[in-house]
Amino acid sequence: MDNYAIYDGLYAILGIPRDCSLLLQFIAIMINIVLVIAVVMLHVAYATYFERKVIGHMQVRLGPMRVGWHGLLQPIADGLKLFFKEDIVPATDFKAVFKLAPIFVVFAALSSLAVIPFFSTFYIANINIGILYILAISAVSTYGIIMAGWASNSKYAFLGSLRSAAQLISYEVAMGLSLVGIMIMAGSLNLKEIVSAQQQQWYGMYLFPQFLGFFVFTVAAFAETNRVPFDLPEAETELVAGYFAEYSGMRFSLFFLGEYIAMIVMSSMSVLCFWGGWTLPPVITNAIPQLNMVPGIVWFVLKVYGHIFVFYWVRATLPRYRYDYLMRLGWKVLIPLALANIVITSIVKYLA
Amino acid sequence: MITVPQLFFAYFAVAMTVLSLLVITAKNPVNSVLWMLALFFHIAGLYLFLNAEFLAAVQLILYAGAILVLFLFVIMMLNVKDEIIGKRFIKGWPVGIALVMSILAVIYFPISRLIQGPAGQYTIEAIRAETNSKVLGRVLYTDYLFPFEVASLILLIAIVGAMVLAKRRA
Repeated sequence: MDNYAIYDGLYAILGIPRDCSLLLQFIAIMINIVLVIAVVMLHVAYATYFERKVIGHMQVRLGPMRVGWHGLLQPIADGLKLFFKEDIVPATDFKAVFKLAPIFVVFAALSSLAVIPFFSTFYIANINIGILYILAISAVSTYGIIMAGWASNSKYAFLGSLRSAAQLISYEVAMGLSLVGIMIMAGSLNLKEIVSAQQQQWYGMYLFPQFLGFFVFTVAAFAETNRVPFDLPEAETELVAGYFAEYSGMRFSLFFLGEYIAMIVMSSMSVLCFWGGWTLPPVITNAIPQLNMVPGIVWFVLKVYGHIFVFYWVRATLPRYRYDYLMRLGWKVLIPLALANIVITSIVKYLA
Repeated sequence: MITVPQLFFAYFAVAMTVLSLLVITAKNPVNSVLWMLALFFHIAGLYLFLNAEFLAAVQLILYAGAILVLFLFVIMMLNVKDEIIGKRFIKGWPVGIALVMSILAVIYFPISRLIQGPAGQYTIEAIRAETNSKVLGRVLYTDYLFPFEVASLILLIAIVGAMVLAKRRA
């Protein structure tokens, strides 16, 4: 472990020597961060388009068709519209908190991107506690939602935020426990090392030995990102729009942005921990060596989009859960399952 | 000559002091909790500074992510209007300040006489080579296994106790 490990990514690509001046290091890090944020923002914009198209076709509609060819410019038109809408702040004692809440949500979602390795040599920071960092950030992102609900001075928003806080705390436990199996198998909390540990196995993905953990993680990821069937914090039929009912214009779209970035981060986590990240299973690459020529980012993006597609598929298929079922599922099914997974994994690891 | 680490430490020290003062002087309890959140972020930063990245993450996950959220929950559910209107300090505050000053003196004298103990097996280099979480795990599960298990038992009793208290009337 040398001190420069965190700048590894762009250094390797641009060929900057590691012992260059502080200013150059700073510039390299900044370029790296801006690049990642810009690319992810673009993906978020088109993830909304992808979602509307997927759900549209699942419901035998066409989805957006008007703006551009097959509605391709729709996300840009939506963004422009939201940007120019009136920004309304309700009468409340907590104006500063009200304005801070959406920024907090986006800040939390974006800062998770810092530790995600997109392929073997490209990441912002390669830290030893990658998994814990993501869990910590997703734990802290609850505050944005609670602050929004509290500062909105509205009962619907407040109820939505209380629901959300309880839901996120409950499912964080299950999510953390479901990843313990991965940590035991890989012997590391570093996301990059977890991917290379998966390469050591012939099947190349922890998905197979850790299917229980994967199931718990996926369900918890739906709850953590407030997606259907666990979108109770924003249940339209009960709570208008939940915690962001009082927000409009740009501030509303920041919540939207935060949700989609969180979805991308959760999908990336799932891909890195269970699907072998940017690598393919050694069985396949040994059978077809030509696949080694394809850059890793292709597999990573394909897997992430496959995962995001599951989010949309479930949204088009399942109705919303009732709140007490949600809590019961979290505490009485997922947490015991995750604990059982830990016990089984440790025994197998001990015997092997 | 002030080095960069010293500057960082100065920032964290000053910010933590100011934030702690804001926590106890904020009029609305909800604001207090939000200042405390900022304080926890700074404490996590200080842990990172000490090469204790595992503790930093746990600080955020447990204190900021779980315990403080529950604080916020309780404060939002309670009706805190009285606290906002009423006086924030009780009459006997000079006595309180005198007491705090004497405790501060009691803490200060031992600290000013501290001498550094002999360096153990885990130097900064050793911890960096093995990563903080691995070293911490090994120490907890070998040298300090018994105290660790005792602490977990105490926590388990607290959980069971809370459930018993909550479910009694049902």
